[in-house]
Amino acid sequence: MSEHVIKLPDVGEGVAEAELVEWHVKVGDVVREDDVVAAVMTDKATVEIPSPVDGEIAWLGAEVGDVVAVGSPIVRIRTGEAPSADAPMDDGAEKAPAADGMSAQGEDLPPPPEEEAPDSADAKSAEKRPAEGKPQPHSPSTPPRGNRGTSAGGIPRPTGEKPLASPAVRLRARDAGIDLRQVPGSGPAGRITHDDLDQFISRGPQAGAAPGLARRTDIEEVKLVGMRRRIAEKMATAKRHIPHITYVEEIDMSALEDLRAALNKSRPADSVKLTLLPFLMRAMVRAIDDQPQFNATFDDEAGIVSRHGGVHIGIAAQTPAGLVVPVAKHCEARDLWDCAGELNRLSEAAKAGTASREDLSGSTITITSLGALGGIVTTPVINHPEVAIIGVNKMQMRPHWDGTDFAPRRMMNLSCSFDHRIIDGYDAAVFVQRIKALLETPAMIFVEDR
Amino acid sequence: MKEIACKLLVIGSGPGGYVCAIRAGQLGLDTVIVEAKKPGGTCLNVGCIPSKAMIHAAEEFARVKAMAAGDSPLGIALQGPAIDLAKTIAWKDRIVGRLTTGVSGLLKKAGVKTVQGWARFRDGKTVEVKTETGMQIIRAETIVIATGSESVDLPGLAFGGAVISSTEALALTTVPERLVVVGAGYIGLELGTAFAKLGARVTVVEATDRILPLYDAELTRPVARRLEDLGVTVMLSAKAKGLSTRDNGLTVETRDGQSEKIAADKVLVTVGRRALTDGWGLEELDLDMDGRALRIDETCRTSMRGVYAIGDVTGEPMLAHRAMAQGEMVAEIVAGHRRAFDKRVIPAVCFTDPEIVTAGLSPDEARQNGREIKIGLFPFQANGRAMTMEAESGFVRVVARADNHLVLGIQAVGQGVSELSAAFGLAIEMGARLEDIAGTIHAHPTQGEGLQEAALKALGAALHI
Repeated sequence: MSEHVIKLPDVGEGVAEAELVEWHVKVGDVVREDDVVAAVMTDKATVEIPSPVDGEIAWLGAEVGDVVAVGSPIVRIRTGEAPSADAPMDDGAEKAPAADGMSAQGEDLPPPPEEEAPDSADAKSAEKRPAEGKPQPHSPSTPPRGNRGTSAGGIPRPTGEKPLASPAVRLRARDAGIDLRQVPGSGPAGRITHDDLDQFISRGPQAGAAPGLARRTDIEEVKLVGMRRRIAEKMATAKRHIPHITYVEEIDMSALEDLRAALNKSRPADSVKLTLLPFLMRAMVRAIDDQPQFNATFDDEAGIVSRHGGVHIGIAAQTPAGLVVPVAKHCEARDLWDCAGELNRLSEAAKAGTASREDLSGSTITITSLGALGGIVTTPVINHPEVAIIGVNKMQMRPHWDGTDFAPRRMMNLSCSFDHRIIDGYDAAVFVQRIKALLETPAMIFVEDR
Repeated sequence: MKEIACKLLVIGSGPGGYVCAIRAGQLGLDTVIVEAKKPGGTCLNVGCIPSKAMIHAAEEFARVKAMAAGDSPLGIALQGPAIDLAKTIAWKDRIVGRLTTGVSGLLKKAGVKTVQGWARFRDGKTVEVKTETGMQIIRAETIVIATGSESVDLPGLAFGGAVISSTEALALTTVPERLVVVGAGYIGLELGTAFAKLGARVTVVEATDRILPLYDAELTRPVARRLEDLGVTVMLSAKAKGLSTRDNGLTVETRDGQSEKIAADKVLVTVGRRALTDGWGLEELDLDMDGRALRIDETCRTSMRGVYAIGDVTGEPMLAHRAMAQGEMVAEIVAGHRRAFDKRVIPAVCFTDPEIVTAGLSPDEARQNGREIKIGLFPFQANGRAMTMEAESGFVRVVARADNHLVLGIQAVGQGVSELSAAFGLAIEMGARLEDIAGTIHAHPTQGEGLQEAALKALGAALHI
């Protein structure tokens, strides 16, 4: 009987560490060669780690959310003919002890912290649950306590009926200051059990538990893992290092909207539709031609600003997992329709979670758009280490004074932030005014093409 | 004039007061209890305990008398049984003495200071106690009124002479030849039955149309039958009018409006008890009343801040075990715990022959609450243990909700069924369903099996009937 150790592989160039985001196995599970045992996440991509051998999982070297250095052992697999006594090889998943965590010595595992409802749904979620019996914050990917949440409902108690509970439960509720009328009972005849009370104390009143307003004293701890943690780190880095200056200007989009409508009409119905963004991207390329310092990344430790020839525009996009920034590369070499097509491809890939590492890295300037949700101003956070971000606000028909009269115009605000270490306020204003001029007279975006 | 101050003052050391004081002492509260007589209150001195002693003595005597009569199915024969009631009373007094001494000891052990004397409120924080050594002033942050209750007398039948209350009845050293009991509630019937067994000719006069009017007819039927067997005359819908001192005849207005005279050596008046609200300075306080009783909320607070009331002085049900639960709760509240009187059930027992136990709702009460119900009744005739004890009369009855089988009430009538009250109370307090009782193994052969069988019956699955 021997042991095989899986070390965290080099999951991408220049990556020194990765975050463990999911275990597909738990200790005692039997795996076959090529079965996926874990998923790790780097800055840009999630990588699945397969088992190179057949065997039984003996030890897991990290908890979900841990950041693991490349090359450090993460799984030990017992291989060979003799399976361990307590975990038969054939169907270990069902019979193995639910010891689902890690310990300093993989061989000396603590007993399972608590045996929850032994159904299969729980057994599956067990691998995601942190071990050691101490209270752990729930990770967003793990529904708290498996399927027990659904049982909390119990039979709704008719209004005015006394809650049914043993004296011990009533006393505990009194001591905890809990009105048992608010607590759903899952026991026979709607009896409130100690478990119901525990759940109520830890999770607070459930919707529909009882009529009337109730105080909630519960606190749900959500451990930041994966994408959300990356976002948090990036935002903190940006705000910590970059003194932001935000500049807001309003832009008359009427001409551009007319042009956009005409262009869309001129194309076959099944072709890519132009949105506002391709126009903005092209306008930014134009403005950057005049002021290349805006298309840059700043390595503040080395004290070097890298001005990029290629205009790689990151497009902040909301996905179910959180904020991602797919990048439209080389916009300086793309025409309007090309920009539109690339945008389409990127946003679909981002939403489907199939965006490649390449798609999600390498931006030199970023657009953020909350336009559809309204809002007149945003204070965008720069996508570190870039130096500029262009924020699009909602376009609305507003009255506009044309010198003699008020005219209805489609107005839109542009909220842009700049790294004030690199960009002076005056230059920022010039940059935004240039974009404004281009968008208000969209022909200029095209006629000035050299 | 001496003056002391304390955190908690309890007035009256009956079951409510002494339990309150003991718990308060255990919880570290500086507690004083005032008692004019002996600790233990009505219950220990002139109520529950002495009456049960007398009932037991009478029961034993009746048993041997029946054997002496020569037709014991058990084949036991004996001759000339006799009872020396003075000795019986002395035995009873020793029991009472042991218990009251025990209570004093418990109070002492809990660190409670006892002040002997009659207490009277000066205001909501101050009480004066007339002690043997003079007036004692006690100032307390919190005061618990636990003054109990007293026997109600009837107009024209004031206590004194031949007219006695239960207290005097329990101290009689000779068996009265002719005893008239006015009031067929549980106290009257318990004592009336006992005296009948001791040899008195007993007549029971009851104003309503049945005995034990607070219980349903199904439950009281075995008791009525037994009274008949014992030769007790029961006059229903009859009113006691007055006692002529000349010939000790009690005038009774019968059902049909006729006046009848019943010869009586003693007239025991047991027409109820009322909250004792006289003589301790109620008029100095501003307390809301509930009829003759003090009004309390679910934490036993009265309408005055820092003044609690527990036990009989707060009205029905006047039961020692209710007072005890209230007393314990109030002590914990005063000690800073969050408590409320949220009991689901206060079982009640009649030590008649046979005994009656009730816990929770009767079938009628459950129906009045608008419930669809299921009832299961198991007669002791079908219970092996009951047969071996010549105790076949009576039954266990379970009342449950039809929809979810939650047990709402359990009643029983039968010899010795008072001991089943523990199971009845527990089942309801724990929120048992019929299935819970039916699914609990009950030891064989016991009368308790009747409870399981009644639950099975309600579920339509009885095994032994």
